Amino acid sequence: MQTHSYDVVIVGAGGAGMRAALESSGRARTAVISKLYPTRSHTGAAQGGMCAALANVEEDNWEWHTFDTVKGGDYLVDQDAAEVMAKEAIDAVLDLERMGLPFNRTPEGKIDQRRFGGHTRNHGEAAVRRSCYAADRTGHMILQTLYQNCVKQNVEFFNEFYVLDLILDHDLSHEDVPEGEQVSVAGVVAYDLATGEIHVFRAKSVVLATGGAGKIFKTTSNAHTLTGDGMALALRRGLPLEDMEFFQFHPTGLAGLGILLSEAARGEGGILRNGEGERFMERYAPTIKDLAPRDIVARSMANEVREGRGAGPNKDYVLLDLTHLEPAHIDAKLPDITEFARTYLGIEPYTEPVPVYPTAHYAMGGVPTNIDAEVLRNNTDVVRGLYAAGEVACVSVHGSNRLGTNSLLDINVFGKRAGISAAQYAVGAPWVEMPENAAARTVAELEAMRRRPDGERVADLRRELQEAMDKGAQVFRTHESLVETLDVIKDLQERFSNVSVQDKGRLFNTDLLEAVELGFLIDLAEVVVVGALERKESRGGHFREDFPDRDDANYMAHTMAYRRVSAAEAADAAGIPPHETRLDTKPVVVTRYQPMERKY
Amino acid sequence: MTATLEETAPAAAAGEIPSFEVTIRVLRYSPESEHGTSSYWDEHTLTMYGTDRVLDALHKIKWEQDGSLTFRRSCAHGICGSDAMRINGRNRLACKTLLKDLNISKPITVEPIKGLPVLKDLVVDMEPFFASYREIMPFLITTGNEPSGERIQSAAQREVYDDTTKCILCAACTSSCPVFWTDGQYFGPAAIVNAHRFIFDSRDEGATQRLEILNDKEGVWRCRTTFNCTEACPRGIEVTKAIQEVKRAMITRAF
Repeated sequence: MQTHSYDVVIVGAGGAGMRAALESSGRARTAVISKLYPTRSHTGAAQGGMCAALANVEEDNWEWHTFDTVKGGDYLVDQDAAEVMAKEAIDAVLDLERMGLPFNRTPEGKIDQRRFGGHTRNHGEAAVRRSCYAADRTGHMILQTLYQNCVKQNVEFFNEFYVLDLILDHDLSHEDVPEGEQVSVAGVVAYDLATGEIHVFRAKSVVLATGGAGKIFKTTSNAHTLTGDGMALALRRGLPLEDMEFFQFHPTGLAGLGILLSEAARGEGGILRNGEGERFMERYAPTIKDLAPRDIVARSMANEVREGRGAGPNKDYVLLDLTHLEPAHIDAKLPDITEFARTYLGIEPYTEPVPVYPTAHYAMGGVPTNIDAEVLRNNTDVVRGLYAAGEVACVSVHGSNRLGTNSLLDINVFGKRAGISAAQYAVGAPWVEMPENAAARTVAELEAMRRRPDGERVADLRRELQEAMDKGAQVFRTHESLVETLDVIKDLQERFSNVSVQDKGRLFNTDLLEAVELGFLIDLAEVVVVGALERKESRGGHFREDFPDRDDANYMAHTMAYRRVSAAEAADAAGIPPHETRLDTKPVVVTRYQPMERKY
Repeated sequence: MTATLEETAPAAAAGEIPSFEVTIRVLRYSPESEHGTSSYWDEHTLTMYGTDRVLDALHKIKWEQDGSLTFRRSCAHGICGSDAMRINGRNRLACKTLLKDLNISKPITVEPIKGLPVLKDLVVDMEPFFASYREIMPFLITTGNEPSGERIQSAAQREVYDDTTKCILCAACTSSCPVFWTDGQYFGPAAIVNAHRFIFDSRDEGATQRLEILNDKEGVWRCRTTFNCTEACPRGIEVTKAIQEVKRAMITRAF
């Protein structure tokens, strides 16, 4: 076992982690720990753009962007946070340009902008050109640019290190710490994939930037590695997760595969058609049609299929039609996604419409933070030295449904804030003592799985989990479907304690790490479903067929989910201990905008 | 349905994806196993489907037959650059290579990319590759005060280096280069591509420094224009052309 000490440890090297590192590494001794090489992070898969009211091509201002974000999130957005994000968006884009990002340009040589779902002029009048972009690989260019600047600044990386535990000075999963009392972070425990060695990192500040958890679903645009690690670590140590029932299903995944086709396809003029060739979004969102927010478009698509108007031999998808666009325009603006259609489905988008269906895309919920990216341990107290930014976090700027492009914005705005906050705190803060046996729980869990001669296969349990989530907790949910899904999850939790891996070695044991990741997924799926059962209304990405309307009187509040175990169970590391998931609520911050009916 | 129909079209239900049998031969290396430090071939015959990629086949082996098979992967659609490997002797991304596009009547061979030390099975040590990348100063170099707004760049100026911004650092090009195989000191195509991306960016002022680095004896002049790199690039970057442009810049611009 090795130990390290850093002022700031950043967990995750996607957009949020590296943006934080660029701020923090100049101010304090910083290490970035990532389970992938930084350029493999899933920020690189983002396509369409990053919105900011630059007004380079038409009139726009950040207040409209704030309003769109609040309305897009179906009023569950904390409006102070949305305002920070929309205001700081402008500098966030300019920062990236000055770092070298090759944005597409206007004829005057300024950053070009295009339309995107839910982004409008003057509070919903018409779609506005707000998204700054680099073809349909904006996320790729952001990830590359941030990594390039990390190279420039000599940021220290620990690549292919998996963080497997978060150490606080109180284990809140079984310890009651009264409101107002101080809880601080001590560091993290990590596993070096190459050697199998355990590393303990002491840190005054820890920034969680581990991204999303799309792999709780079967059909997803997310990478295999998006297993919600940071969220699960926080949950296991007794920190709350906020609004986990809200998961975004992106309308245009390649049918059957889930691979993302950017909303930019519709921003550039693409049209969704059902099996009868009808432009059905005209019925669901008469004003902005195909550029309605994602929750509405995804639900409309699923509804077309459900009512028998799907396309294809099984009528189980709809069509994204680009055939009326000039091939040269497609090549200039949408080269990657049209290549995906050719490579994976053998479809030529110049001449044929592309089969699409909603795909699990983004967790609106996550580790609750305030606007300085400090992690909350209840509705009011922060954990000293602990920060979170990006998809792992819930600020909440996305409320119950994130607008397209606001995730790339979120990682830049709140990644930067997290890096600054973490470094500033670390410079003045004392070291918190790291317990002698900090790694004991991690080692015990790994060894139990590695040594178990035989048992359940990781892949079997994961497939059962993902299929149950797709069946019962996807675009349409009911009490019955959620209860059924929860039963499967409970069963999987028990079986997880009997998981064994075939690879018994120490070097590059990805078999073992997949088992650990499965544990994270099962934990998070439970929180999603328990929250969805309790929220007896429909709002944003959460649609209950048995409660199809938004219910502001009873549910205009964030969900806070806590996991509690008894002290004895906490000590027993192998498997998922018996536990109770307790739900609480947190008020939504409302500043300028009172909830209104959400029409587009 | 008649018996005749069933015989001729066993999986012909509407919309059903036809399945087929395919054999995957993987070159394994696992110093902790009973094979020690000698590599060996491992064969698996699998039932796969028309939309499946080589990565799906590797996952099927790992998840259903042999959990110890080790490879890197993440996004699974050709954008993260984790899973470059030699498939039937050619460098490709496993997640972008559909099985049906290969000759499935013969075993499909899968090996680690060449020229980088193999650590386990299909996993190679990427550090030398990233070290070359870092050496060419892959970041915007400017002098003077930062502008308060954006830098102005025309669409035409941006177009000059558009192709090389697509690089995902997967190493398919560098590890397909015969010069790199025999001389590990050579920067390799990927590093040159990323130098190109900045040398030809109108906002950048570091071209001279980068050209000096690449004028080194292990620099661009080692390129023998075999075009392996261009063929290997899963992003369709015209790698050899980019290298030629850097060579030309060296002659006309800096020295």
